[in-house]
Amino acid sequence: MRVTQGCFSFLPDLTDEQISRQVQYCLDKGWAVNIEFTDDPHPRNIYWEMWGLPMFDLKDAAGVMMELADCRRTYGDRYIRMSGFDSSHGWESVRISFIVNRPKDEPGFRLERQEVVGRNVRYTTKAYGVDNPEGQRYG
Amino acid sequence: MRLVAWKPGPLCAVGTTGTHFPQGSEATVSEQSNAMSIAPQDPLPAAVSLREELDAVGISDVLAQLDRELIGLKPVKTRIREISSLLLIERVRRKLNLSTSSPTLHMSFTGNPGTGKTTVALRMADILHRLGFVRRSHLISVTRDDLVGQYIGHTAPKTKEILKKAMGGVLFIDEAYYLHRPDNERDYGQEAIEILLQVMENQRADLVVILAGYGERMDKFFASNPGFRSRIAHHIDFPEYADDELLSIAEMMLGEQNYRFSPDAREAFVRYIALRKTQPLFSNARSIRNALDRIRLRQANRLVSDIDRLLTADQIMSIEPPDVLASRVFSDSVDQSRVERGSERDA
Repeated sequence: MRVTQGCFSFLPDLTDEQISRQVQYCLDKGWAVNIEFTDDPHPRNIYWEMWGLPMFDLKDAAGVMMELADCRRTYGDRYIRMSGFDSSHGWESVRISFIVNRPKDEPGFRLERQEVVGRNVRYTTKAYGVDNPEGQRYG
Repeated sequence: MRLVAWKPGPLCAVGTTGTHFPQGSEATVSEQSNAMSIAPQDPLPAAVSLREELDAVGISDVLAQLDRELIGLKPVKTRIREISSLLLIERVRRKLNLSTSSPTLHMSFTGNPGTGKTTVALRMADILHRLGFVRRSHLISVTRDDLVGQYIGHTAPKTKEILKKAMGGVLFIDEAYYLHRPDNERDYGQEAIEILLQVMENQRADLVVILAGYGERMDKFFASNPGFRSRIAHHIDFPEYADDELLSIAEMMLGEQNYRFSPDAREAFVRYIALRKTQPLFSNARSIRNALDRIRLRQANRLVSDIDRLLTADQIMSIEPPDVLASRVFSDSVDQSRVERGSERDA
């Protein structure tokens, strides 16, 4: 099951050139671009690991693409996303976030039903991937 | 089949009898197929006007400005002209769909102090940008401190940070020979050099690196890092300035600040240059700039000493012989090394 999170996630995967254009858009807006990765794709997992520091003061997307290539070399079997952080007053938040890398095989999520008092049911989604310990989940 | 290919134009009534359109429709089909075979790419121009290209790029303005604002430096200007011609031709070749490989543009500027290496590097970023060989016109100027870290594992992120910032533009490494410390094997400079070399090789299209430094020490630096030498296509040597060139530089600097020499002061300054050149630690245009700064101080002092006088703009602008002649360069009685140390400290 394809994980859909952030912008463009219902489109086919972005090519490197498309990613680079998006990054350039962020840089032109003055946003700091971050690269983050994880192997726990649960939508509530908002704290992904950061690859290096946020990239402030960059002018050209080539620098970000260099870091992305490095990140893919190390964590090519995980989810990698990019986000653009707008530090300007009043925003001070992430303005864009999109997935740029995903595992070859995405097993998807299982729906768990827990029966509780009074015939109520609690639902939980769990990624099949996280059954294995971190680092051994994909590929 | 024919009817599919035929498109009813606005002039063709739909009810027209069938006998007419076979011819017309065939013509349309052949036209369309012709158009199809050409349409995917624009027809190549048979010839390209170099002048039009030149005007489109606006490179002649930059070169003219370079000629105007940089005095002397013949070999440098020649080389820049050559590089820009090459880039122009590459541009035209791309237009004509001839094979091109992005040329290596990394450069090394060597020369004595004050010969204009940094000034030219700043121009270079603009020239390369106008020719479309770097995407942005920014120049990041760094020295050893910005690239080399202080402890193990600090250097690589630091160097990469700078490289990322410079991407798409020009990275200018001043006094690049400091990166390599031959006396210390464990110096982190070597790590920075390795990262630099890797990026210079792999991302030639994204980044132009310009190294600058004093001639002799750069030669030693290249001798101990042969990889660097071979990755740099353009080694440009900046010559010393002649006396008259230094004078024009001085007059230009004064002009920018709205000062000028009186004829006598000019003559005195010519003598100043000749004398200063014979003394140690002469650093070309930089020495001239420092001398001018001190001359301005003396001029201001001279004007202020007569406080009740009414001054015209002309008097405020003009530099008189006493301002120049008061320089310690003219007084032989003073120990020369003291003069030097003193005057360089003033700067």
